Amino acid sequence: MSTAELHTLTGAYALHALPEEERLAFERHLGACEACTQEVRELSATAARLGLAVSAVPPPGLRERVLREIATVRQEAPPHSTSERSGVAPGRAGRWSSYALAACLAAAAAFGGVAVWQNQVAQDARQEALQARQQNEQLARVLAAPDARTSSGELEGGARGTVVVSRSANRAVFLASDMARPPGGKVYQLWFNDDGSMRSAGLMDPSATDDTVLLDGPVDGASGMGITVEPAGGSEEPTTQPVALMDFPDA
Amino acid sequence: MREAVHISRAPAPGPGLQELLVQVARGDQDAFTQVYDQVSGPVLGLVRSVLRDPAQSEEVAQEVLVEVWRTAPRYQPSRGSAMNWVLTLAHHRAVDRVRSAEAAAAREHRAALLDRTPDFDEVSEQVESRLEREQVRRCLRTLSELQRESVTLAYYRGLTYREVGELLSVPLGTIKTRMRDGLIRLRDCLGVSA
Ligand SMILES: [Zn+2]
Repeated sequence: MSTAELHTLTGAYALHALPEEERLAFERHLGACEACTQEVRELSATAARLGLAVSAVPPPGLRERVLREIATVRQEAPPHSTSERSGVAPGRAGRWSSYALAACLAAAAAFGGVAVWQNQVAQDARQEALQARQQNEQLARVLAAPDARTSSGELEGGARGTVVVSRSANRAVFLASDMARPPGGKVYQLWFNDDGSMRSAGLMDPSATDDTVLLDGPVDGASGMGITVEPAGGSEEPTTQPVALMDFPDA
Repeated sequence: MREAVHISRAPAPGPGLQELLVQVARGDQDAFTQVYDQVSGPVLGLVRSVLRDPAQSEEVAQEVLVEVWRTAPRYQPSRGSAMNWVLTLAHHRAVDRVRSAEAAAAREHRAALLDRTPDFDEVSEQVESRLEREQVRRCLRTLSELQRESVTLAYYRGLTYREVGELLSVPLGTIKTRMRDGLIRLRDCLGVSA
C-alpha cells in the first residue's frame, strides 16, 4: 500500500475497522507519520464519544464480581521507558481536555443523583431537584438544538472551557473542566460580552472544578462570554480582569 | 437573579479519572473502585452495542474492567484521556469477540445489521448521559448517510471496512474515506479537537 493510501486509514484505524494485517502495516506507518498520529488521537477520542453515548447501567452483581476478581489479579509492571515511544509525538498539554469533559460528564452520571441528594435535607432536595430538573431540561434543549454550535478554548492553568450556543433557543451553555477553585470567599462569575460591555450570566459552583452551567439570560447580540473572579454572591459588573474570554462560535 | 445550574457536580469534588487511574497503576484498590464507578456504565454500554447478547456482554465487560486494573501501569496520560483509553480497550475486546465468534459461524444476518440502530433511546434517568447521547445523535445527523453508516457499522457493530463495503455495495476506497471524513466531521461537531 502506498503512503498516500496509508494516510487515509486514520478513520478506519480509529474505528478498529482494519483487518489485522492492514492494522499492523498502518501502525508501522504511525511510528513515522506525525500527522496521522495526531489525527488518530483525535479520531479515537471522537470514536470514544460514540461509546459514551450508549452508556448503560451495569447490574449490581458486576461490581462485586469485578472487585473480587481484581483482588486476585496481579498488575503488570510499569513500562521501563520514561519517555514516549520514538516517533510518536507527545501530546500537547490540554489536548484531550475537551474529551475529558465528556469523561467527566460520564463520571458524574456514574456517581448518579442519589449520592448528591443523600446529603441534603429532603425538603431542600426536592426543591432543588425540581429546579435543577427544569434547568437541566433547558440545558438539554440547548445542547440538542439543531443549530447548536460549539467552540472550545484553553483557560488559565490548563483548564478548558467549551461553550455551546443555540441561536434559535437564544441560550448558551458553558462547560468547564479542570478549573482551579476560586480563592476562598470568591466565585467565578460568567458574563455575556455585548460588544465589549459585560452582562452577568450567572455564577459557577465554587466547589466544582468541572461544571456545566446554563448561562443566565438570553444570548441576544452577545458575541462571546467572559469569566471573572468576584466576591461570593457575584457582582453587578466585573470588578477584576477576566480570567477567560471566549468568542461564541459562528452561527 | 443569578442562579446557575450545576449538573455535573459530583457528591464531593474528588480526583479526576486520570488521577485515579494513575493511583490504580500503583496498586490502589480503593482508587480502582472509583474508576469502576465512573467507567463501568460506558464500558458495558459499548460492549453491549457491539455484542448484543446481554450475558456475553457482561462477561466481556468484566474482562475489560479487570484488564483496566491489570494494565493500568500502561496508561500514559500524555497520550489521551483515561476514559478514551478505557473505551478503546473495551471496543477492542468487544470487536475481537464478535469477530472470533463470527469467524466460526458465517455471518447470517447481514441485512438485518442495517436495521439495527444503536440503543440511543435506552431510558436513562441520568441527565449527563442523556446530554451526551443527544449531542452525539445531533452530530451524527450532520454526516452524510454513507458517512454515518460507515462509522456506525464499524463502531457499533464491529465490522471491518471490507465488510461495510460489501454490505453497502460501495467500493472499499470510498468506505475508508467516508470513515475518515465522517469521523472528522463528527470531531468538529463535538468539539473534540483542541
Ligand atoms: Zn500518515
